[in-house]
Amino acid sequence: MSSQTTINLRQRSGKCNADTITMAHGSGGKAMRDLIDDVFVSTFDNPELNKLEDQARFELNTLSALGDRLAMTTDSYVVDPLFFPGGDIGKLAVTGTVNDLAVGGAKPLYLTCAMIIEEGMSVDDLRTIAASMRQTADLAGVKIVTGDTKVVPRGAADKLFINTAGVGIIPAGINIGTDRALAGDVVVINGYIGDHGAAIVDARGDMALQNTIETDCQPLNSLITAMLEVCSDIHCMRDATRGGIATVLNEFAQSSNVCIRLKETAIPMRDEVRGMCEILGLDPLYLANEGKVVAIIPAHAADKVIEVMRAHPDGRYSTIIAEVTEKPEARVILSTLFGGERIVDMLVGEQLPRIC
Amino acid sequence: MKYVDEFRDPEKARMLVAEINTITEQLGITQQRPLQLMEFCGGHTHTIFRYGIEQMLPKAIELIHGPGCPVCVLPMGRVDDCVTLAERPNVIFTTFGDAMRVPGSKKSLLQAKADGADIRMVYSPLDALNLARKHQEKEVIFFALGFETTMPSTALTVLQAEQDNINNFSLFCNHITTVPTIKAILDSPDMKIDGFLAPGHVSMVVGARPFDFVAETYEKPIVVTGFEPLDILQSIWMLLKQLSEKRHDVENQYARIVPENGNEPAMDALTKVFELREFFEWRGLGSIDHSGVKMRDAYAAYDAEQKFTVPNLKIADPKSCQCGEVLKGVIRPWECKVFGTQCNPETPMGALMVSTEGACAAYYNFGNLNELLQKKEAVNA
Repeated sequence: MSSQTTINLRQRSGKCNADTITMAHGSGGKAMRDLIDDVFVSTFDNPELNKLEDQARFELNTLSALGDRLAMTTDSYVVDPLFFPGGDIGKLAVTGTVNDLAVGGAKPLYLTCAMIIEEGMSVDDLRTIAASMRQTADLAGVKIVTGDTKVVPRGAADKLFINTAGVGIIPAGINIGTDRALAGDVVVINGYIGDHGAAIVDARGDMALQNTIETDCQPLNSLITAMLEVCSDIHCMRDATRGGIATVLNEFAQSSNVCIRLKETAIPMRDEVRGMCEILGLDPLYLANEGKVVAIIPAHAADKVIEVMRAHPDGRYSTIIAEVTEKPEARVILSTLFGGERIVDMLVGEQLPRIC
Repeated sequence: MKYVDEFRDPEKARMLVAEINTITEQLGITQQRPLQLMEFCGGHTHTIFRYGIEQMLPKAIELIHGPGCPVCVLPMGRVDDCVTLAERPNVIFTTFGDAMRVPGSKKSLLQAKADGADIRMVYSPLDALNLARKHQEKEVIFFALGFETTMPSTALTVLQAEQDNINNFSLFCNHITTVPTIKAILDSPDMKIDGFLAPGHVSMVVGARPFDFVAETYEKPIVVTGFEPLDILQSIWMLLKQLSEKRHDVENQYARIVPENGNEPAMDALTKVFELREFFEWRGLGSIDHSGVKMRDAYAAYDAEQKFTVPNLKIADPKSCQCGEVLKGVIRPWECKVFGTQCNPETPMGALMVSTEGACAAYYNFGNLNELLQKKEAVNA
């Protein structure tokens, strides 16, 4: 089947010769078709997409062989700037959705890709972003199978917004839920916190700091598969994106009605990120990550899980950062490196740099 | 991390806490009549909560979190003035980040931005001056805020604008001063504070001498304090030591940063540009004589208040708000009638709930809220 479907694309294969996106590229006419063919279809290139129907179609039998539940998710990506150290909006748009599937225990399979482009956007930048999406999709073992392109007048969007939705299959026997944390469990993470948030602050250039922080943006499905192989009974799992690990841990503590006791000295953090937080008065516990999984697992499985995580390239700095206790319920408590204790709550509003 | 970790050493902390415990016992202080020590500065409050210092101290020592958070004490009327300026056509209004959320009587700067005003967050007044260079067709107004810590950088920016002949830049000046405010607290009849941690970064500019009156006139010990957790513990220990030796002196714990006589070039710049106002309105404390500065007439061209008209309306604090009593240590944050109920970080009524450096917000965010609300009920019962 797949060998036939690629032919359709070859028959169309329009070329986009423009330097910048104009309203014509969203008009539904030839300019739009050429843009889609040249920038997106030829880059994403796979049998399901290349048929160029209004929808991608999947064999149910093939899907059901992989598990007993379908998982579905969606996310929109609006990052400024579009390119930042270690990544770009395209990489983010694939990893974010892949990770949202993977932390539910699902094997991610297919993504959609909807682009909202501001008039005046560079076509070369768009090509770079599409190529980055393809590369990341290959890395994660998923395909971008359907999409949509809209162009809006200058000022109606900020250069480019991307929405991706994804589907995956959850194998039988896996039951991950935010309400499953139990006293005695431990909390593991796959490495340094706050890299993405710090890289974005840095890339905006407002601070004129000389820095080398790169985003941690990476698909987590391969690492999570390895974790599930040695511990199919992972209780809770989330990727700690916006709101940082503090937000994820609060969600676990509240849904499971338990206390999560974090140890400040155990939390892996790069000196550069710590330094930036010190200067700006930001709390790294609330900084965004794009390649960090936080999982709550039974204590007896901890050694095995940490071992496979550390053996995986995406989890080299994995470690236990907290333990779960019964009381006080629905709370996250941090033992500070100084020997005190404080409550880590959900953030109210946005984290703003302090005046002095 | 070098120059940071040395000041967060848990082993040294344990030694200091042990010493603090010993002196507290020797002094015979009890939880019934605790020793009240005030940290004036919001930066200290932040450190105290971030590292959980209160729980490390003996229960007979109570920390009173003072009014030294410039964002918290900004009266609503001044926020309204900011919004008016920001909503003028052809204005880029620039501000430090944490001032964005402070509620005015109608809206905060964050809301005004959402409504279409061109409001931008900057990290330094020099960033605002650069915006003025870049956008010569617009007026760039900088929301100048803070104690003596931030005053020199604002003053130097104005001098720079003058030197470079930049005419589309002005300040909305809301700088406030430390000394008259500490004096106002000391003069209030219900004040029970036994000693002060003086603000380290203010002192870096003004030196330690301006606090002499606390020791000499009011006979209270005062220690200029740094912002790392060991700085705070050491300063508390120094205050206790003074009390046990029946002394009341100005001591400088933060000598690695604070010169005895302050920073002369910084003081020169700020006295060149600013002069004292007759009085300034504080959220939670009311009007305090000579507690704010304005721009001297020579710099009127850079003064947004003179260049444009602002409503300058006085808006009273909500009646149920007890910030003033909390600030003076008369009641604890959770004993306030509206703490955690009508007044919370999402909808702050009082000054101290506004910024994370405010005492009430700190208790709300970092304290055990349920436990505090139970305590509050017990107090009010």
